[in-house]
Amino acid sequence: MREVAAEFANPVMLYSIGKDSSVMLHLAMKAFYPAKPPFPLLHVDTTWKFREMIQFRDETAKRLGLKLLVHINEDGIARGINPFDSGSALHTQVMKTESLKQALDKYGFDAAFGGARRDEEKSRAKERIFSFRTATHAWDPKNQRPELWRVYNTRISKGESIRVFPLSNWTELDIWQYILAEKIPIVPLYFAKRRPVVERDGTLIMRDDDRMKLHPGETLEDRLVRFRTLGCYPLTGAIESDADTLEGIVTEMFTARTSERQGRLIDSDEKSSMEKKKKEGYF
Amino acid sequence: MARAAQRTEASALSAFLAAQEKKSLLRFLTCGSVDDGKSTLIGRLLYDSKLLFEDHLSALEKDSRKFGTTGGDIDFALLVDGLEAEREQGITIDVAYRFFATEKRKFIVADTPGHEQYTRNMATGASNSDLAVILVDARKGVLTQTRRHAYIASLLGIRHVVLAVNKIDLVDYSQETFDAIVQDFAAFSQRLGFSSVEPIPISARFGDNVIATSERTSWHKGPSLLGYLETVDVDTDVAGKPFRFPVQWVNRPNLDFRGFSGTVVGGRIAKGSAIAVAKSGRKSAVKRIVTMDGDLDEAVAGMAVTLVLSDEVDISRGDILSVPEDRPEVSEQFAAHLLWMAEDELLPGRQYLMKLGTATVPVQITALKHKVDVNSLDQFAAKTLHLNEVGYANFATSHPIAFDAYQNNRDTGGFILIDRFTNATVGAGMIDFSLRRATNVHWQALDVGKQSRAGQKGQRPVVLWFTGLSGSGKSTVANLVERALFAEGRHTYLLDGDNVRHGLNRDLGFTDVDRVENIRRVGEAAKLFVDAGLIVLVSFISPFRSERRMARELMGEGEFIEVYVDTPLEVCMERDPKGLYRKAKSGEIKNFTGIDSPYEPPELAELRIDTTTAQPADLAAQIVRHLRDKGYIG
Repeated sequence: MREVAAEFANPVMLYSIGKDSSVMLHLAMKAFYPAKPPFPLLHVDTTWKFREMIQFRDETAKRLGLKLLVHINEDGIARGINPFDSGSALHTQVMKTESLKQALDKYGFDAAFGGARRDEEKSRAKERIFSFRTATHAWDPKNQRPELWRVYNTRISKGESIRVFPLSNWTELDIWQYILAEKIPIVPLYFAKRRPVVERDGTLIMRDDDRMKLHPGETLEDRLVRFRTLGCYPLTGAIESDADTLEGIVTEMFTARTSERQGRLIDSDEKSSMEKKKKEGYF
Repeated sequence: MARAAQRTEASALSAFLAAQEKKSLLRFLTCGSVDDGKSTLIGRLLYDSKLLFEDHLSALEKDSRKFGTTGGDIDFALLVDGLEAEREQGITIDVAYRFFATEKRKFIVADTPGHEQYTRNMATGASNSDLAVILVDARKGVLTQTRRHAYIASLLGIRHVVLAVNKIDLVDYSQETFDAIVQDFAAFSQRLGFSSVEPIPISARFGDNVIATSERTSWHKGPSLLGYLETVDVDTDVAGKPFRFPVQWVNRPNLDFRGFSGTVVGGRIAKGSAIAVAKSGRKSAVKRIVTMDGDLDEAVAGMAVTLVLSDEVDISRGDILSVPEDRPEVSEQFAAHLLWMAEDELLPGRQYLMKLGTATVPVQITALKHKVDVNSLDQFAAKTLHLNEVGYANFATSHPIAFDAYQNNRDTGGFILIDRFTNATVGAGMIDFSLRRATNVHWQALDVGKQSRAGQKGQRPVVLWFTGLSGSGKSTVANLVERALFAEGRHTYLLDGDNVRHGLNRDLGFTDVDRVENIRRVGEAAKLFVDAGLIVLVSFISPFRSERRMARELMGEGEFIEVYVDTPLEVCMERDPKGLYRKAKSGEIKNFTGIDSPYEPPELAELRIDTTTAQPADLAAQIVRHLRDKGYIG
């Protein structure tokens, strides 16, 4: 992270409010202490995030005294894009990928931190820690810069940018153990609580506001659930769990048999969907 | 009851966390030839150590039926080959990192490509690994790729190797075949300096000797692969080495605090210890070791900290802090191994950027000593390096830098080379030793300087660098400019491309490598003439931006004027004063600029002249006027 701050003119940290972002932000606070991280946070808001996430986001920025930029793709809003009618693929494309590109262009950021980890998904396993993007934000997996030792090539031409993944070599279990050891605040949605959910296509969706209409035959029930990963609420599956403490979550983790991204509806859309999204500029 | 259950759960958790903390981390890579079964082996390790999640597993079963090459059985390779292109072609083209843990250790595996054109990716994987698992297909034995990978692993400092003889099932678990391969490998690898080579017969597809030792190879007395990986001691005692701290960032939140942030990459440092700045030799002591969780008494290798010193010492990013009694080398010349990683060949004499630790400096290769044949380890003379080739060279940086030998410290002895125009990472270097002559050959201080020589002549020395295609009119205009200056009593010298090639550069041809050296020598010659106080006119095609920039950087501020003689190719071809374009087009001359060798036009030339709209005499007058306006001549 200090490498980026020292070598780039205008870096930014993508802050998605999830547990990985929380860890990344915590590392940034440590890396620059006693100074503050010399870059702002950027949240790309799809307008479909859980309300508790937004509240947590604003509190965090205030608590740490950091500058927070929020970007919403107004064009997407105007086109009426939403996860129910547009489908998860189009929603993600417009409200996340496009929106992120808009924001990076708008502020002219030349380096952006992201909290992605190599253990999450197959194409992410091949991602560099310093990942080069063309002026149109595209990723070319066949033409990545070799990355030796801890020496990172940070040189870019005007308009090009670098995405930086400081958590590349962390696993999900590492993240939770670190949150536990460092007592890092996280969104309460990670802890089990009785929440209003509806079962749709085998996934438990929490109805966070009344924009979500129930289909015929669906009923809303209060169940004891928590989330392993957080995204847009209509696209994020809850798991039934009674883990309401960090210790409980870690205990649950070391016996887990499914990966966290299973709760993400966007990944199973089509084969290689993550690689495709990444080539287009998704994180 | 509930409380008792909670207690057991809590103690299970703390036992688990305690076990996690005790686990050491082993980073290893798998390499070998195409189709030797690397990806299958890693898939097998993940599968058999029960580390696959159910959703990954069901996706794998589905994919196996679709793309699998194992006839309906689970194809473990599909688990690891992440990218679409790889799945379709069945090869691994990039490094994939995998994570798994057993009760004894945590592992990070770099799965690296076998294909020859991805050797650089293998080097990438090796640079961060402590051990290499080299796979050999039992049916094929030791191949060129096997040797190459063993060599690169050793070059990048890996000291421990597992020779995994895979597909042992396909040779009927034959001990004879296995022993022959082991001997073959040993004959080659004894010159590579590995401290251990562990041969293990395996079948990645059926799991023999992967997790548990197999009945079917009862003749094999050694451990299984995983058993070995869990217990091998790779002795990476970086904390026992001399203290090294490359400064990454100067931490200055307010006027009262000035700290130096970075990661300790060797040894340890305690509060109160004396330190020295490697380059300047300035000494101080550590006043505080600052972290967000409070000050520390000691920091060891691997820790990221901010150091506050007891004195105001001038330190910036790129400096290395060390213990005073064991400092890194400081030199502007050193010898290093170089792995070339770019499609474009290495151009000795061209200036590249070198990034070592946190320091970035311009660097040149002053002598390519030899190239290494990775099959025989023989050395032979070479003028350049191509993609995936390894050489040994002398390097000269534009100013002194601090470093260690790579074998003593990877972080302060390994560097990358960056192309100044494409910004691509083109090479990886491992420093061998510093060339002492740099420390001992000092500049001879002369009493009569550039200023006084120039002052005597009543002019400011400068290089007028004419660049343009053959036949563009460079020499014609340069000649007229020199005549005009001479007539005014100015002191000049004209270096002409053709003339210089009859003498100083008689040994050079027209390949890219030679063109770069041609310009380097002319640049140096021009620099001496500038030092002598002359106005130097250089008339050279000088087709590459890099070399013109190198020449510019040799001179002082304001001592270089680039004159772009911008005559279109068609006009030059029509003029063809020496009949060269005709010969080039007929194939009689090779590597002719504009025909089959590129010309890169200047982007920021001080002067651009157009010979199609003005007479040479007028253009020469324009240039002389420019010299007068800028105060080079009175």
